[in-house]
This record gives sequence, structure tokens and C-alpha cells, in this order.
Amino acid sequence: MTKTGYEPLTSIDAITAGLASVGYISTREISTAIYLAHNLRKPILIEGPAGVGKTDLAASMARYLDVSLNRLQCYEGLDEGKALYEWKYGKQLLYTQLLKEKLGEVMDGAGTLNAAFDKLTSFEDLFYSETFLEPRPLLTAMKQDRGSVLLIDEIDKSDEEFEAYLLEVLSDYQVTVPEIGTIRAQVPPLVILTSNNIRELGDALKRRCLHLHIDFPEAEREQAIVRARVPDVSDALLKQLVEFVQGLRDLDIRKRPSISETVDWARTLLLMHATKLDEEMVRSTLNVLLKHESDIQAVDKDVRTLARADASAT
Amino acid sequence: MAEQVLTDFIRALRSADVRVSTGEAIDAAEAVKLIGYADRQRLLDTLRCVLAKSPTEKEAHDRLFDLYFSRQPVPQSEPPAEEESSETSSEGEGPGDLLDLLENGDETAIAMAMERAGQEAGLQEIRFSTQVSYYAQQMMKSLGIERLEGEMMQAFRERTEEGQAYAEELIEGRKEMFSRAREHAKQAFETYGAGATLAFREDVLAETALTALDVRDLGRMQVLVQKIAKRLAVKHSRRRRKKNRGQLDVRKTLRANAGFDGVPFDLAWKQTKRDRAKIVAVCDVSGSVARVVRFFLMLLYSLNEVVPDIESFAFSGRLEDVGDTLETDDFAAAMDKIVNSIGMSSTDYGQSLSDLKMNHWNALDRRTTLIVLGDGRSNYGDPRLDLFREAAARVKRVIWLTPEGESMWGSGDSELPRYRPHCHTMKQVTTIKDLERILDEALSRYQ
Repeated sequence: MTKTGYEPLTSIDAITAGLASVGYISTREISTAIYLAHNLRKPILIEGPAGVGKTDLAASMARYLDVSLNRLQCYEGLDEGKALYEWKYGKQLLYTQLLKEKLGEVMDGAGTLNAAFDKLTSFEDLFYSETFLEPRPLLTAMKQDRGSVLLIDEIDKSDEEFEAYLLEVLSDYQVTVPEIGTIRAQVPPLVILTSNNIRELGDALKRRCLHLHIDFPEAEREQAIVRARVPDVSDALLKQLVEFVQGLRDLDIRKRPSISETVDWARTLLLMHATKLDEEMVRSTLNVLLKHESDIQAVDKDVRTLARADASAT
Repeated sequence: MAEQVLTDFIRALRSADVRVSTGEAIDAAEAVKLIGYADRQRLLDTLRCVLAKSPTEKEAHDRLFDLYFSRQPVPQSEPPAEEESSETSSEGEGPGDLLDLLENGDETAIAMAMERAGQEAGLQEIRFSTQVSYYAQQMMKSLGIERLEGEMMQAFRERTEEGQAYAEELIEGRKEMFSRAREHAKQAFETYGAGATLAFREDVLAETALTALDVRDLGRMQVLVQKIAKRLAVKHSRRRRKKNRGQLDVRKTLRANAGFDGVPFDLAWKQTKRDRAKIVAVCDVSGSVARVVRFFLMLLYSLNEVVPDIESFAFSGRLEDVGDTLETDDFAAAMDKIVNSIGMSSTDYGQSLSDLKMNHWNALDRRTTLIVLGDGRSNYGDPRLDLFREAAARVKRVIWLTPEGESMWGSGDSELPRYRPHCHTMKQVTTIKDLERILDEALSRYQ
């Protein structure tokens, strides 16, 4: 038997260390969930606000295990044709045209209509074979020999029908293509579903998955994340800027800054050669963190207090 | 025993409104087998990952986990306990007899004995706080209180000073043991019963007349309303498109297959698009109806997940748009403001309808469900049936809700019987359940 890519997943601590090695700062909960998902062969459903690194976890897992990442982005109207497989109609059509004459030759020998028909049926499978099968992310993930990470992103944006359909695929890790038969995953993929809670997911799906809720990180973890991505930032600045962002998230704004925005901000500040936060600096770079004009205005009066609180804290 | 610990924990979760399916219970057992009981933090993470599937469930889970596993002796300390039980069972008493415990009662032994007595008394069935004493008694019984009392009586009868002192010591011991048993039962109640009690209270609340609700119920009512709203949301946030398989959409099919030389590989079927729900609420906020209106609007505005379009108007003498106030302000404060500013004049349905026509007629369209909430008592003014008829013709459905019973309709200045022919439904609402049913029905029309 070939080696699977899942071998490093021996313990919870190993997972935390492994993820750290590819730059993802994990938590106890996240590592536990991955460990369980691997051992119980269950998908993980990750919920949480936008920008806390849900998608990034899947990408990091793939990098850590060195297996392929198959990503399925969900949207309204997504159907199995785009998620699972499709027949290459165009190619089929082209081949029929090209083979027309050949077909005539082959059929030549058949005297009666019945004989011709019998002959034809013996060729039919040609056109419904894997050559003409266009695998989409779900099927691709199933066919990986070493295992893979299957990321089903923003499942809450898909329709209910698709959700129900997914249940079938995820419970057995097999798919049925009527013309070919059942394709079963030799090594089940590690499945990660993410949801931003746009709509309430069906109970059945939730029951079948392990559930992980990721919230915005605490100051300490966020510092570690920024440190991992922007190694050049000084300790003092790092502490200040993370505290500022954390304070920002407590305010009543439309979109709270995500982790990646914190990282972007850290890069921006570094570019501007900032060594510590001051009011003016914050004001001029606030648009990196906040993407709504109304948010920037709402925060405006708090900038002074937030920036000052940081200064006194350091 | 280890299995039992998990089963009981799941039972506790279920009583606290965390829904755990059999499949999940099996998953939990497997996960625990993998993780073990030794590391409590790890166990917490594991169970929470497998069993709790939403932030509220996670919260309930963490609370119960602390309660439950703080008193649960870790199953690994099992073997010595079994030895003990085999020793004492020869005496015909339950393991860890009260007398023995009193004499050489070290903490763990007492805790183990309490646990076992609790199991024997069926403590996991506890539902109400009033049952605590009863279960404590039962536990004492299974701990062998009779033998202790027998000993005590005998010591008394000896009438020696030594005997007296011993008896008093025993009385003290009994007291202490009883209070420990009570404590144990109480904790069990918090684990298994508190959720059930809450559910019971909610059931009662759902059936209580809205006009009879107390101020202190308001907080709990809010929670209940949220729950109902969620239930409705889950039910009605279903797909909005319906495929009419069987009816070919010729135009779409041709367009889709133009690339294949018009050979129809890809068939497109006709679809009927469902209307998005829109609700226009017109509420009488004069004294007699205001209480019901409060809950109705509370429920309505909790529904914005399913009904993105809600417009609401309040009136007594004149009619005003209150949608903005309700959406921006804190609900309770907004409601008070509305009742105080609009609800103080004498009710005039005719005037309010003409205000609606003058200023907000465009709010009514063919996908609207118009819900009127009022008792129809218009102080003998002109009810303006013509306007109401016109409104009814513009919208999809008209529902009239009134807090009064049917026998009161038409009595005195009530105009309900005259409005009735223009409504699809006219119903009395008294409880929050009634409101749920009505909204459920109204939303089903958009399926």
C-alpha cells in the first residue's frame, strides 16, 4: 500500500507544531479538531466571523501534509455539474464528428439494422468513459492516492439541495457516476467546510460534522500570527498595533478588521518606518484596517483614546 | 462505567437543550476512546468539538462539563472502588455504609459512596429543585441510614455517658452526611434538571396570555421570542426557486445549446420564481392592544433573516411609520417611545387608513402580506371600508389579528365584522404561540 500523506498526524501536539512550521499559529481547539477529524474520518465544519483564518487553515494543512488542496467555492446555484464531474460534451461531439467515417467503415459489415444496432451498443461505452469525464473538485479530491485536503468554502452560500447532496458524498466518501459506476476514495480526503453563517445550515449536515468555532484571536495569538508573517516588526510596535486592532474590534462597526488586515497594517507601518503608533500615523493608515467610510468616521473620535491607551500600556 | 459517564453527560446535555443525535453519541464514545479521560482540558475540547454545534450549544456544553466532571470521579480510579464494594457487599448493605464512612471516612471514599448512592436513587432523573430533599433522603437510605439509626438508638438506650456521647456524635455525623447528600442532589439538579425546568417555564410562558405577562417575564420572553423566530427562520429560509421539471424552456434551451449547433444537449426547464416575503404590519398601539403589539413586533423584527422586507406602521389617532425607530433603537426603548408618542390619542381607524393611503400606499404591493393588529374599536368614527377594500385588493393577503374573543366582535364600537369580509383571515391572538402559528402560516404562502 502506498503511503498516505496523513502520517504526520500522530498527536495533537504534533499537529500544532506542524502547522506552526508552515506559518499557521494553531490553538489547542483547532489542533484537537484536526486530530479527531483524521481519526474519526469526519469532516470539520468551521464557523466564525470573516477573516479569522478559516480558509487559511485548510491551505496550511495541505502545505503541512504536502498533499493537494482541492477547493470548492460555494455560491448560489452551484450544482453537482460544477462540484463533482461533468461530461466533456464538446469533446464528445468533436469525436463523433471525426469518427463518423470510421464509424461507417465499422458498420459496413452489418447487413441488417439489428446487427448495426448491436454493433453500436458495443461501442457506446467509449464515449462515456473516463476520457470524457471532467472531474471537478469533489471528484478530484476522492481520486488522490496520498489523500488530500478538500476545502468546501462558504457552504452557507450554496443552496439547500446542494447541501443535501453533499451529505451523501461526505458520509461514504464515494460518488456515483451513473454511466461508469461508483468511484470510492482509496484514501478519504480531509474535509474542511467553512461557513460565515449567512444562512443557518441544515441540522443533518451539522450533525455529521465535527464543529469548530474560530473567533478572533486573543492578543497573544494575534501577535504570534503577525510575527510569523511579518518577522521584521519590532516587539514594541507589534504589541501596540495588535492591541489597537483588538480595541477596534470591540467598537460598534460594520466590518471588524480581520487577521489578514492586521498583517497588512503591520506591513504598511513597517514600510512607513514607524517605530511606535501615534495618532497621526494611525489616521493616515486607517484605511488599511477599515474598508467602510462610515466605519472610519465612526472610529475617528476613538482613535485618540485607543492610541493613547496603547502608549500607556507599553 | 466509563461508558455510563459519557451517557449521563449526554443526557445532561440533552436536558439543557443541546440536541445530541445517536450518531454523535457514538462519535463521542469513539473520540473519548482515542483521547482518554486523563487530560481534562483535552477531554473538554474533544467533547465540545463532537457534541456542541453552535455557540450557544458550546456555552451550555462548557457549563455542564464543569458541573458534571467536577463531581464525577475520574473513571480510572475505578478498580479500588470495586474491591471495596466486593468487601462490603457481604454485609448485605450497600457499598460504603454510612457508619464505616463516618468512622474512617476519607474524602474520596465519601465522594465515591455519594456517587453510587446517587446512581441507586436514580438521581439523573431529577427534574425540579423541589425534588432535591426527596432524592437526598433516598440516597441516605441506600447508604444504609437504618443501620446508623439503629446503632444510635442502641447507644441512647445504654444510658451511659459514653453511649450518650457516641449517640450525639452519630447525630452530628448523620446531619453532616445528609447535608452532603443534599449538596450532591442539588448539583445533580443543576446538571440534569435546570435545563428541563427552564424548558418547562418556557412552555408555560408560551401559553400565557400576552396581556397577563408580568414585567419580570419580559427578559425571558425575549429569549423565547428569539427561539421562535429561529424556528420559523429555519423552516422558511428554504430555497426560493422551484424547478418545474417537465416543462421545457425552449428559449433557454436554444440559447444554451447554440454552441452545439442547436443540438439540444443541455436542457433547460421552466422555473417559477418564488416571491420574497414582504410583511407590512399596521398596529393599533392604543392602550388596549399595545401589549400584544409589543410582542408581535418583537417577533416580527426577530424574523429579518427570512423576511428582509418588513414595514411597520403604528397608529391610534394618526398613523406613522415606525420601521426606522424599531430597527435602529434598542427594541424595548423604541417600543416605549412609540407607545408614548403615538398611542395616546383616541383610536380612529378611518383616519389612520387614510393616512396610510396618503403617505405609504406604495408599501402595499402584490407580494405583501398585510397584517393588521387591532381590536377594531374606532370610537364610532367612519371605518373607511372603501380604503380597506382598496388596500386588500393591492396586496397578496390580508390578516387581521385581534386580542378580543370572537364573541366580542361587533359589540359596542367594534367594527370587526365590517372589516372581516375583506380579510383572508381574522383571528384572535392571546399567546405567543398564536402569533407563531399566524406568522408560520403567512410565510408558508410564499413557498
